[in-house]
Amino acid sequence: MGISAFDALIAADQKIEQKDWMPDGYRASLIRQIAQHAHSEIMGMQPEAAWISRAPSLARKAVLIAKVQDEAGHGLYLYAVAETLGARREDLLDALHEGRQKYLSFINYPTLTWADVGALAWLTDGAAVVNQVSLCRTSFGPYARALVRICREESFHHRQGFDLLHTLSRGTPEQRQSLQEAVDRWWQPALAMFGPPDSKSTHSAASMAWRIKRASNDELRQRFVDLCVPQAKALGVRLPDPALRWNAERGHHDFTPPDYDELMRVVAGHGPRNRQRLAHRRRAHEEGAWVREAAAAHAAKHAAAPGTAAQHASAQEDAAEWPLWEVFVRPRRGVSHVHAGSLQAPDATVAMHSARDLYTRREEGVSLWVVPSRSMAASDPEHKDAYFEPAAGKPYRHASFYPPPEGVEGL
Amino acid sequence: MTSLFDYLLGLGDDALVAAQRTAEWCARAPQLEEEVALANVALDQLGQARAFLGYAGELEGAGRDEDALAFLRDEAGFRNAQLVELPNGDFGTTVAKTLFLAAYQKLLFSRLARTAEPRLAGIAAKAAKESAFHVSYASAWTIRLGDGTPLSHRRMRDAVEEVWPYTHELFEPWTAPEAGLDPATLREPWLRVVEKVLGEATLSRPQDGWAATGGRHGRHTEWLGPLLAEMQSVHRAHAGARW
Ligand SMILES: [Fe+2]
Ligand SMILES: [Fe+2]
Repeated sequence: MGISAFDALIAADQKIEQKDWMPDGYRASLIRQIAQHAHSEIMGMQPEAAWISRAPSLARKAVLIAKVQDEAGHGLYLYAVAETLGARREDLLDALHEGRQKYLSFINYPTLTWADVGALAWLTDGAAVVNQVSLCRTSFGPYARALVRICREESFHHRQGFDLLHTLSRGTPEQRQSLQEAVDRWWQPALAMFGPPDSKSTHSAASMAWRIKRASNDELRQRFVDLCVPQAKALGVRLPDPALRWNAERGHHDFTPPDYDELMRVVAGHGPRNRQRLAHRRRAHEEGAWVREAAAAHAAKHAAAPGTAAQHASAQEDAAEWPLWEVFVRPRRGVSHVHAGSLQAPDATVAMHSARDLYTRREEGVSLWVVPSRSMAASDPEHKDAYFEPAAGKPYRHASFYPPPEGVEGL
Repeated sequence: MTSLFDYLLGLGDDALVAAQRTAEWCARAPQLEEEVALANVALDQLGQARAFLGYAGELEGAGRDEDALAFLRDEAGFRNAQLVELPNGDFGTTVAKTLFLAAYQKLLFSRLARTAEPRLAGIAAKAAKESAFHVSYASAWTIRLGDGTPLSHRRMRDAVEEVWPYTHELFEPWTAPEAGLDPATLREPWLRVVEKVLGEATLSRPQDGWAATGGRHGRHTEWLGPLLAEMQSVHRAHAGARW
């Protein structure tokens, strides 16, 4: 397989898979985008996690924990996708911690009140849904599949945020005021999530040609604004844009685009909370090092089972890095285990615990297999023709090749 | 002997304060996989708290729901054992707290699941399964940290020793007629579970010495007040508001 086969697959709107040949630029673009997406998921936990301890009802507390947990899960699905492209999670995290790779700018704003928790979810998860629903049709198979799972969960995030705000909108005058103020704070950062305008976007053209991206920044931003306007009405809040109005000619709302200079400043590290968010993330990673090292050391001591950290230690430069495992879930009794995704674990016991938490927390399964990724053998895409095409010329293997004579039954 | 109402408060408060502590790990766990795991533990604990407190409120019949009980009682009204109030410390300390609590809860809930009080039995039956997973999770980590690196061994040993004095309170005489269960009878099976895990973790069981007490009667450590002040702050700032 080479460039012509790759181009043919893209042109036919087929998926590119892990072992397929792909241009270096395609691989690099994907890794850049997926890493930034994964970083945004895990960095995005912080503004909301800050409110778990103070959630004003136990029901809301549970919802918020579940949501923040999902974002960690999204990060995991996405880092696993990056691994299929040959990018190690540890290297991507280093790039995040050292500021070499970016995450979405809205995360660098503070959540000042409980209403911010709702506004953040309604607007930024809402923007993420618009963005990611479009991305579900991305040309890279593992990314597309992860996005399908993520989108299902994001719509829960979006809905619960709206529900939280809707409750405030029917509450006390103070609650209604905090609702309006929070929406005022989050509108611009949410609009900025779609990135720079198409005319200034540096990576968009190539990503569109390769069908990594399926819609432009400005198209998606417009779609988002059109969706928000009636929802804002239902909440009884004013969206903070005097220029916002329906344009019958275009069939869309006109609106003031976000301030791109501010977006660029915040992405470059000069937003209100960049410093604290990154420092928090780095600290958690550093303070966790002894735990990761301990588990790897324990696995090395008890390295009887295949796939333990020790077996792979030689191949890994970082002693604390855990090997990758593939997870298979039996959705219900009577059907086969299906590949769900992957995760990192020092050994089979921890892999099984994590698989249960990560891939079955919404009742997706009744049985689990975990297999060290390195123990999996896969057919080579180079051999696709030799392996699978010969099966095509043998229609006599199928019952349909033998039409029964008129009137004969039971065949 | 205490009333069923008080007993349910105790069970609910153990779970609620534990959930509050476990959830403090959100966005600061040692590995992304543990983010998901710890959040699951916190959600189980919170679910147990809501079930016990919700039932307590109905039983009392004074119009207090789970939120009124969680957010509008003061420190002295809380009936949890002091173990769950302890600060999280490092990951090892959290693992030790989770192991000791979950091993106790698993035994307790399994017994309560067989009582004749149907609502209590139902809540306990569901909670017992959750606690069983917490035991499995915390055991795996106790073993990996205890039998990991010299540093992790030292930290896990310190954690077990720090938390141990707070385990005795779990087995003090404290029960309701409907529960029909002397907590002291849980100590032997609890020790069997815990000692086996500690053994595999190459750790020894600490000496029994000073023992914390008083939580079931509303006497707490200096750490519960700040925890409650934070947890209750928004709810209390808006009296009568719906959320
Ligand atoms: Fe997400
Ligand atoms: Fe989300």
